Amino acid sequence: MGAAFVSLYTLFLLAFGVLPALYAIYLAFTTKGAFVGFDNFAKVFKDYRFWPAVEHVGIFLIVWLVMLVLFVVLLALLVHSIGIRWLSNSTRFIYYIPGALAGASSVMLWLFVLDPTVSPVAFMLKAFGFESLVSVVQVDRLPFVLAVIAFWTGAGGWIVVMYGALNNIPKEVLEAAKVDGAGPIRTAWSIQIPLMRKWIAYMVIMSFAGGTQLFVEPRVLSQASRGVVGQDYSLNQLAFLYAFKQSDFNGSAAISLMLLVVALALSVYFVFKGGLFERA
Amino acid sequence: MNLLRTTVALSALLVAGAALAQDGAITVWADATRQPAVEAFIAAHPEVPVNLVLDDGSSGTFQTKISLADQAGEGWPDVAFSTQNNDAAWAARETNGVQPFAQVLNEGFLDEEFLAGFTPGALDPVTVDGKVYGLRNDLAPVLFWYNKTLLDSFGYAAPTTWEEYQALSDKLAADHPGYFLGAIGDAFPGPYVYYWSGQAPVFQVEGETFKSDTAAPNSVKVSAMIDHMVANKTLTLDSLFGASFVASADKLVAIPGAAWYAGALFQNPGGVNAKAGEWVAAPPLKWADGDAVTGNVGGGVWYASSHTENPEAVKTFLKFVTSDPSVAGTGGLPAYQAAADAWLDAQAASGFYAGDFKAAINTAASTVWSGWGYPNFSPETAWAKVITPGLVAGKTMAEMSAEWQQEMKNEAQVVGYTVE
Repeated sequence: MGAAFVSLYTLFLLAFGVLPALYAIYLAFTTKGAFVGFDNFAKVFKDYRFWPAVEHVGIFLIVWLVMLVLFVVLLALLVHSIGIRWLSNSTRFIYYIPGALAGASSVMLWLFVLDPTVSPVAFMLKAFGFESLVSVVQVDRLPFVLAVIAFWTGAGGWIVVMYGALNNIPKEVLEAAKVDGAGPIRTAWSIQIPLMRKWIAYMVIMSFAGGTQLFVEPRVLSQASRGVVGQDYSLNQLAFLYAFKQSDFNGSAAISLMLLVVALALSVYFVFKGGLFERA
Repeated sequence: MNLLRTTVALSALLVAGAALAQDGAITVWADATRQPAVEAFIAAHPEVPVNLVLDDGSSGTFQTKISLADQAGEGWPDVAFSTQNNDAAWAARETNGVQPFAQVLNEGFLDEEFLAGFTPGALDPVTVDGKVYGLRNDLAPVLFWYNKTLLDSFGYAAPTTWEEYQALSDKLAADHPGYFLGAIGDAFPGPYVYYWSGQAPVFQVEGETFKSDTAAPNSVKVSAMIDHMVANKTLTLDSLFGASFVASADKLVAIPGAAWYAGALFQNPGGVNAKAGEWVAAPPLKWADGDAVTGNVGGGVWYASSHTENPEAVKTFLKFVTSDPSVAGTGGLPAYQAAADAWLDAQAASGFYAGDFKAAINTAASTVWSGWGYPNFSPETAWAKVITPGLVAGKTMAEMSAEWQQEMKNEAQVVGYTVE
């Protein structure tokens, strides 16, 4: 019975996940069908667009993941501490709403927010000295802009997950802490956060994998900013250009493979660090 | 965030397009602007079944979809439209062992008499080594547009050279601050309207070699002019189609720009929204001591597929869509001379533009400077990346031109050109 349930998923995983990945591995190490070792990788490393793209994605990930961990945990703790039931419920619901928007449409929404000529919060942007969309999305502040968009879209779902994790902590433990004289901050730091460790690790792994694949956000921003945000901003965009602008599917596969290896390595680190596979 | 999703969606489109194909039918990829022309063809030629697949008509989409079809070995359209005119650079080449997508249209495919009917020079962007790979839909030469009513009321003469244009900017800045002579917030006016028309050798292709010289005398002159006019605020950093440009459009005194500004900018209620008789389309500006040449901003191209199984239907379609006076040019200046004449007469008869509209356009259309290249990338990308944010941050063209040149050369290198 169990096999029947997973069979459909397994089928799709093979067709759209495993097989393409194997095809990418084949492409990355060949050129026109001939084995070329690491030539495709060497070519990509020498591309003048590669290292800036690595830097862009790297900074974005750091900014975003730090922001995500800090604020999601903080907000989940706050929501959890709200004693009034309807208020707690509606807060979680409101946090979750932006997550219902798909990536591209949330970027569209942010385009309006970030363009000082049409933004409802234009006064704030102008207070920071931004007069046009172009000045808001300058390359050096783009990681922050993208991180804010990604946080806004994705944080709500994680807050709900963390809230669930907090509910799993036995009441007795919290009461014992209270009896021992721990205030809310001490309780959060010494009891709740350590018990949420697995969930936080899970969130970081999932977000990291998604974040390295940054594509739609800079792509839409590129169109909207009349190209100021380059078409080669992120690694996935670069892979796209390799495949469809340069007709170099091998180079494209090499970039994808590098992303896979890095994401896999860091996931393994967080899995063990977060004790994700340990039985409680 | 997901490249896979985009690719899957595009593949689904290809599959859908292929599945619709019926015997003798041709599949046409085009954008929404071209849709009425395709529908007119269907009405005029019921014997040729057409599957129209709408996309955004961009060069990027076109190349992406063809790459996927090449990789899959099936799913090519019979005819494709691109809003850019530099696609021959890749469509005329073999990619990864697959034959070039674009069909050679001269040398027997279409008769020479028909091809000779195009405005001289119109097919240059799509001609590689004497082979014609596409048919221009419309021409987009740069002319000089000015508001006669405003100039007369200020008592200024209309400039005919770039020097006079710059001199006018000083007078306006001193006597009528707020009035302006153009906008370079978009990525296209800079390279095409100013550098190309200014005969600056910043984007040249010879064989497989890409050349760019932003330090050449004409390049330096154009850069200095832009810097001068950005400084005196007669060139704004707005986008021509942005909210702030539209809000100040009644203060636009003159602007060098493409023939299609007529409909897209002046007769557009969401643009300048000009009144009849106010604006003049004048022949292009030139350097006082330079050649009478101009630039060009786009102009779409129709391609026939080398994979087509219905070449006769494709020929009928291409001839109709580029030369039939009812649809040729799809709103812009037709590239086919006879259709262009009919279009210009109709425009002139409407009397919307003061001055000799037809003569100005004809002069511009036949003097597009041939020293500009059509490689497999656009100068707009480098402009947007380096110059647009730089200008907003207060840097000058003089400071940024070396970096701009380097960026274009880097782009040339990655798509396979030798760079000097």
